[in-house]
Amino acid sequence: MAPTIIKAENVSVSFPSGPAISNISLEVEKGDFLAIIGPNGSGKTVLVRALLGSLPYQGSITWMPNAKIGYVPQQVDLDRYVSLTLEDFLKLKVRILKLKPGAVAKAIALVGLPEKILKNQIRFLSGGQLQRGLVAFALLGDPDVIFLDEPTASIDLTGEEKIYDTLHRLQDENRLTVILVSHELDLVSKYASRILCINREMICYGDPSLSLKKDVIEKLYGIKAHVHTLN
Amino acid sequence: METIPLLTIIALFITAASSGLIGSFALMRRMTLASDAMSHIALPGLAIALIFQVNPFLGGLAALILGSLLIWGLEQKTKIATETVIGVVFSVSLAIGSLLIATDHELLEALFGDVSTVTHLESLIGIGTGAIIIAIMLRIKDRLTLSIFSPDIAKTAGINNSKLSLAFLLLFAINIILGLKFLGVLLMGSLVIIPAATAKNLSRNLTSDLIASVVVALISTGIGLLIATRYGLDLGPVIIAVSAGLFFISIFFAKNK
Repeated sequence: MAPTIIKAENVSVSFPSGPAISNISLEVEKGDFLAIIGPNGSGKTVLVRALLGSLPYQGSITWMPNAKIGYVPQQVDLDRYVSLTLEDFLKLKVRILKLKPGAVAKAIALVGLPEKILKNQIRFLSGGQLQRGLVAFALLGDPDVIFLDEPTASIDLTGEEKIYDTLHRLQDENRLTVILVSHELDLVSKYASRILCINREMICYGDPSLSLKKDVIEKLYGIKAHVHTLN
Repeated sequence: METIPLLTIIALFITAASSGLIGSFALMRRMTLASDAMSHIALPGLAIALIFQVNPFLGGLAALILGSLLIWGLEQKTKIATETVIGVVFSVSLAIGSLLIATDHELLEALFGDVSTVTHLESLIGIGTGAIIIAIMLRIKDRLTLSIFSPDIAKTAGINNSKLSLAFLLLFAINIILGLKFLGVLLMGSLVIIPAATAKNLSRNLTSDLIASVVVALISTGIGLLIATRYGLDLGPVIIAVSAGLFFISIFFAKNK
């Protein structure tokens, strides 16, 4: 049996405006591909930030000891005054984690970015280039688990395919664990080994063939499901 | 202006270098206005120390450390804009400090600095402290940059954002104290911010940004020192006027025009 990377039990997060998520439980094993789905405002990003320890929560979250984590946020709030290049950004992690010098070239190749783009300042990258750069940053240092919060929203189809193929390959070869927040049910049904559906509370959790059913999707999004579902 | 001792000049340049370095990160942290206003909080501390006949800069340091803890606490506990709170609290500090300081001479020295009053011991302490600030900043620069860029990503790289933020604010406060005798509470924040803003216009990447910020601070200080000595002017205002001049020139060379 694969070791458990992260186990969350009855995790709830509240803001002054009210509860953001209530009683979410999950268990992710090494090599799993967990997709977290749900409508806008359902608490997906809040859950991910709680799992990362960036938000205070009730309940319990247990990590595998010394787990190496990569994280691709939905967006970064860039100041126009930051003159950081993509190379500067990636090398921050190389120096902080004392990685080998070739790690940057390997990481950008994995996400399909050309080396010449390393010299560009991050604030001048397109949305898609930045997101690929963030994925490359997350993959630096060979993480045990990578969290991706809607990572391909600004990426064209070819780039999106490249990233998911890479993640899938790393999952097979290195037993990389992937926790993905996504709206794209096609992708989810193609790659995920487990699905967590939330709408502030847990609607479904488990095998995609059981979770991505019409009635579950309709309950989750409150609309008739026309596509994407497995039955 | 009387001849300035070499030791004092070295302390002045070390302060300029550390200000340039700190300023780059202050701008990244969106503390542009806060940096300027934060130096004002030293004034009530200076005033209270003068009343109790203690070294005024110990009073200023204590006030600035309290101010740093206040900003840090607000950043940790609330999501309101730090600059809003700083703008209010520190303007009040300026008013209270001005009322408490008894004589015009003491007030002018606190507001604009007076290089002629710097003692050898103060210069030596300034050189040592400035060198320590630079060494710490160079040591934490990667973690600090990542923490400013995205605290969530930084956390996954094992960085304690809260501790790092507090360390930076304390270094910032100590750096302000280093420059108070040269530039005073009104102008010291400008030596932190203007060279860093100039560097942002000229730099292509993080390393060139940090180097340019330090170099611009040093050049402003050097030219300011020459002009002030040659024409018998107050040092602080001349340094800031030169750095402002360099900033306006840099706009024409801005990389992101």
